[in-house]
Amino acid sequence: MSVQTLGAPRRTPGNARRPGGPGRAGGLLDPRQLARSLPDALRKLDPRKLWRNPVMLIVEIGAVFTTVLAVLDPSFFAWALVAWLWLTVIFANLAEAVAEGRGRAQAATLRAARRDTVARRLRDRAARDRWDTVAATELRPGDLVVVEAGEVIPGDGDVVEGIASVDESAITGESAPVIRESGGDRSAVTGGTRVLSDRIVVEITQRPGESFVDRMIALVEGANRQKTPNEIALNVLLAALTIVFLVATVTMQPMAIFAKAANPGVPDSLALDAHGVTGLVLVALIVCLIPTTIGALLSAIGIAGMDRLVQRNVLAMSGRAVEAAGDVSTLLLDKTGTITLGNRQAAEFLPAPGVPAAELAAAAQLSSLADETPEGRSIVVFAKREHGLRERPPGELADAAWVPFTARTRMSGVDLDGREIRKGAAAAILGWVREHGGHPAEEVGGLVDGVSAGGGTPLVVAERVNGRARVLGVIHLKDVVKEGMRERFDEMRRMGIRTVMITGDNPLTARAIAEEAGVDDFLAEATPEDKLALIRKEQEGGRLVAMTGDGTNDAPALAQADVGVAMNTGTSAAKEAGNMVDLDSDPTKLIEIVEIGKQLLITRGALTTFSIANDIAKYFAIIPAMFAALYPGLDTLNVMRLAGPQSAILSAVIFNAIVIVALIPLALRGVRYRPSGASRLLSRNLLVYGLGGVVAPFLGIKLIDLLIQFLPGMS
Amino acid sequence: MGSAAAGALFAGSLIVALALAYRPLGDYMHRVYTSPRHTRVERAIYRLAGISPDAEQRWGAYARAVLAFSALSILFLYGLQRLQDRLPLSLGMRPVEPALAWNTAVSFVTNTNWQAYSGESTMGHLVQTGGLAVQNFVSAAVGMAVAIALVRGFARRKAETLGNFWVDLVRGTLRVLLPIAFAAAILLVAGGAIQTFAEHGTWTTLTGGEQAFTPAAAASQEAIKDLGTNGGGVFNVNSAHPFENPTAWTNWIEIFLLTVIAFALPRTFGRMVGDDRQGYAIVAVMATIFTASLVLTNWAELSAGGTVPQAIGAAMEGRETRFGVSNSAVFASATTLTSTGAVDSFHDSYTALGGGMLIFNMLLGEVAPGGVGAGLYGMLVLAVITVFAAGLMVGRTPEYLGKRVGPREIKLASLYFLVTPVLVLTGTALAMATETGRGAMLNGGPHGFSEILYAYASASNNNGSAFAGVSVNTPFHNTTLGLCMALGRFLPIVLVLALAGSLVRQAPAPVTAGTLPTHRPQFAAMVAGVTLVLVALTYLPALALGPLAEGIR
Repeated sequence: MSVQTLGAPRRTPGNARRPGGPGRAGGLLDPRQLARSLPDALRKLDPRKLWRNPVMLIVEIGAVFTTVLAVLDPSFFAWALVAWLWLTVIFANLAEAVAEGRGRAQAATLRAARRDTVARRLRDRAARDRWDTVAATELRPGDLVVVEAGEVIPGDGDVVEGIASVDESAITGESAPVIRESGGDRSAVTGGTRVLSDRIVVEITQRPGESFVDRMIALVEGANRQKTPNEIALNVLLAALTIVFLVATVTMQPMAIFAKAANPGVPDSLALDAHGVTGLVLVALIVCLIPTTIGALLSAIGIAGMDRLVQRNVLAMSGRAVEAAGDVSTLLLDKTGTITLGNRQAAEFLPAPGVPAAELAAAAQLSSLADETPEGRSIVVFAKREHGLRERPPGELADAAWVPFTARTRMSGVDLDGREIRKGAAAAILGWVREHGGHPAEEVGGLVDGVSAGGGTPLVVAERVNGRARVLGVIHLKDVVKEGMRERFDEMRRMGIRTVMITGDNPLTARAIAEEAGVDDFLAEATPEDKLALIRKEQEGGRLVAMTGDGTNDAPALAQADVGVAMNTGTSAAKEAGNMVDLDSDPTKLIEIVEIGKQLLITRGALTTFSIANDIAKYFAIIPAMFAALYPGLDTLNVMRLAGPQSAILSAVIFNAIVIVALIPLALRGVRYRPSGASRLLSRNLLVYGLGGVVAPFLGIKLIDLLIQFLPGMS
Repeated sequence: MGSAAAGALFAGSLIVALALAYRPLGDYMHRVYTSPRHTRVERAIYRLAGISPDAEQRWGAYARAVLAFSALSILFLYGLQRLQDRLPLSLGMRPVEPALAWNTAVSFVTNTNWQAYSGESTMGHLVQTGGLAVQNFVSAAVGMAVAIALVRGFARRKAETLGNFWVDLVRGTLRVLLPIAFAAAILLVAGGAIQTFAEHGTWTTLTGGEQAFTPAAAASQEAIKDLGTNGGGVFNVNSAHPFENPTAWTNWIEIFLLTVIAFALPRTFGRMVGDDRQGYAIVAVMATIFTASLVLTNWAELSAGGTVPQAIGAAMEGRETRFGVSNSAVFASATTLTSTGAVDSFHDSYTALGGGMLIFNMLLGEVAPGGVGAGLYGMLVLAVITVFAAGLMVGRTPEYLGKRVGPREIKLASLYFLVTPVLVLTGTALAMATETGRGAMLNGGPHGFSEILYAYASASNNNGSAFAGVSVNTPFHNTTLGLCMALGRFLPIVLVLALAGSLVRQAPAPVTAGTLPTHRPQFAAMVAGVTLVLVALTYLPALALGPLAEGIR
């Protein structure tokens, strides 16, 4: 009934931190970080690397083309344009390089944990004292290795023999040691962690080079990052828009040639001559129209999203899982440890008829003095708080004989001065009373049922004096719902997420706790099969399900769930089955994971909208610049009153480049997400990124024009 | 009553009439396309054609049926024109030239009804009635069938099939188009339109004069020409002809016919997906753009004339006195917004900005309300694209009506969106880049360019109207415009059906508080915004060199 929490040092997410992560908290951009990432950004100019990003590849091709044009026919305008086109590509690369750079520091720390270790491999399963010394890299799944105090565990695996305290700080950043033992749900060990005491035999479960730490390094570095379905879809849309704008600009050429020919009196200019719009201006127009802003920041957004999870000590095995988290519409939460504090506490003493309250309190306290379970402790604390009974260390009562709880008797207690006091499950105690000649009053049954009906756990207290037993009363043990849970569940409901509490309790108890905590639904007396069935049922209805789990019997459900978060304290099977691992083993973190998933999608959508909305102002800058000389009426479109054609075109290109740098912090940090209904969220984001995207470039381009109009050759 | 007030009354009464027709016609079409029963006539047709009407088709089979039917129709129509001198009721007309016959066949099968010929001097009764008028019905029914198939893609859950094309085609023709067209034709005859198979002769005109004239079964053709958003008139001057469109009130009826089915189909959509509000949202987007276009075109036409042109009648150039400036502008807006292409005035004579507005109407992709069926599926594709951006901004994988918009869906929707801009712009650019292409222009400068832009916008979007100045009966234009019409019709249809096929397989996600609501004004406004912004951004350079260059002083 009671579980000692040996491992799983719980931490609030706020102070979650990892070693070696510089300045990660705010996600603010450090100028030095930009400078450090510059070499990487330049290396990414290689077209073989850039081809993965078609939008920026087109910008680069344009930059090369205009460079050739500028060499052939140099002018200040041409070179300024060339410089800013190259800067546009470099800024885009910089965004990605900065995002990757943040993971690199983390990877360095992890690599230290992966340093070469030597393993003691058992020669055969039967003889546990003969081993070969081999390099950790040679271990294969199924090998058994012996690890003793002070040694580093050579690879991921399960403890098959022994118990040990293990320092996992290299992975989790948590310095308190955790217990790992064979059998049960705490058998998984991670390669690179250190055994502090005792000796264990570990069965290796990883293949070489595929250890947990290897995967973590690959993840935080963003190496071989797979594009998620949503990212692919967005890329398709961006590619389509790019094609549309390419077609729109290229087909403009014959129309421009015709228009120029129809107005022979108009002299050639830097923007337009007899061969149509000049190459320089055509490239500038294409670069301004294609969605460079989102194209430049898209991969940085994805990397930063994974990084935000890592900052919270969660490892997602794929970007797909992070996205799925944003879509989750059903959350399965284990009651114990997630919704409630994990142990029951005494809330009330209910004396049997004719028994004074003080007598029951005294007996309850006495019987619990040696009971070190959290429930037992809570009875002593409650007796002190409500009845003023002083807590006595068990040693003070020298002649007391403590009767420990056993699964067979299902009761515990004390024998003291010829008086036997017992407390335990109702059926066990009532049986004990009858056995010793007592006749429990009818009312006791009522009290027990009353406590059960209210969602509590009844413990009956009885005594036997002079051979005759009688019931003293009932202790009401109550599940204590964690503070703030109701608010979080309300928040989830606003986000459109249904919460389901999973518990082994009977339906009555479960209902009471579910109501108190404010969850939408509960699954009582849940077996692993029930869990799996529930997930399947929800998915059948088109819902995406997220859950946490740690035990081996959770593995099927974790694998079936769309987002399965395994606790790091759990078994290897659970960690394999899930698609995320929470290094803090904090089940409430699921809620944060959902928020991060949503934030990732919102950031992409917001910057796409911003990017497209920007085009409107750019047209108003460039179209009059190209054609107002031919058709003076078109100068009406120059609503920004830009100084001249060259400064207008250059201003638009400069704005286009600068906005990428300006938005890098936003891409890395993610758009602010406040849980609320979809409609309100959309209104807010449309206002900020849609309307903002229309207005901002008008102001920005005008401002740049005011600054650069005095440069030579601008008007 | 001033002309602006009269125009407002004319347009206002139209909008009221369309609103009144929305529910009954939409509900009726819902029954037509969902009823399991076949009428006796339909069963006879299915038996004759060897179709098993209760066998459902997957998207591929549905698309193949559409393409096969259309290909056969083009061949048949081509043959009918080429052989008309050897067939009865030819009125002695010669066989139609190959390039023109191809252009006309494609034009009528694609519901474009671009006419590079003059009806009364080229086509006899048999081609007009047995060929072109038949296509006026079935090409419209094809558009509706495809739209209904897409709607089934949204409405059905975890299914494979989209319905049966042949059944949708037959029901659309027999149960929707035929009865309404029949009633409308009688109304038009009552209004003064002619209906005859007579030979050449001398006729008494509306004003009482005598005129030698080639008659036609005009009223019946006119009704389906408008109702099916076809636009190909029996006479060269189309709905400006007094025997096609005799009075101001027949003009009103014709505009009503142009728009009524396209505006009622969102209701059918709402009914089929089980949520009327979704239909209201879509029709709201259509109606908003439609009304804005009416107002802007009227504003451009009424304000531009000035006192002197009004007084000397110059503002009436290209218009019929019985319709006037404002009502002509309403007809022009309606015909360009519905992919009809019928005209009762000459768009070439419109002010630069008014004419630019008409081009813009077509460039919108014919979605407000668009051609019968084509308007609905075009608008739904735009809704899918909108949902994608909007859905991301609420932090979920985007979904529309519970169906997720993933890589495959967005790929198909994006390709759909790409088709017409690529056709319009490359077609225009090609024409402008070649001597033969430019030769079609009547005017020089930006107005001449607008004529070419108009032609390719019209063909690629399956509209069919033209700036009157352009002379496109040349092998170059007949071929390129024919290609634009065919690709502009069938590529989108295949993409829409593929999209439907991928949607129909999905189990819809349940609606939660986190789901983006797609029935509120917020979403409708966003769809309208996305439509206008995407189109404006795509075509602004071209529009700047044509109507804007001419119109902004």
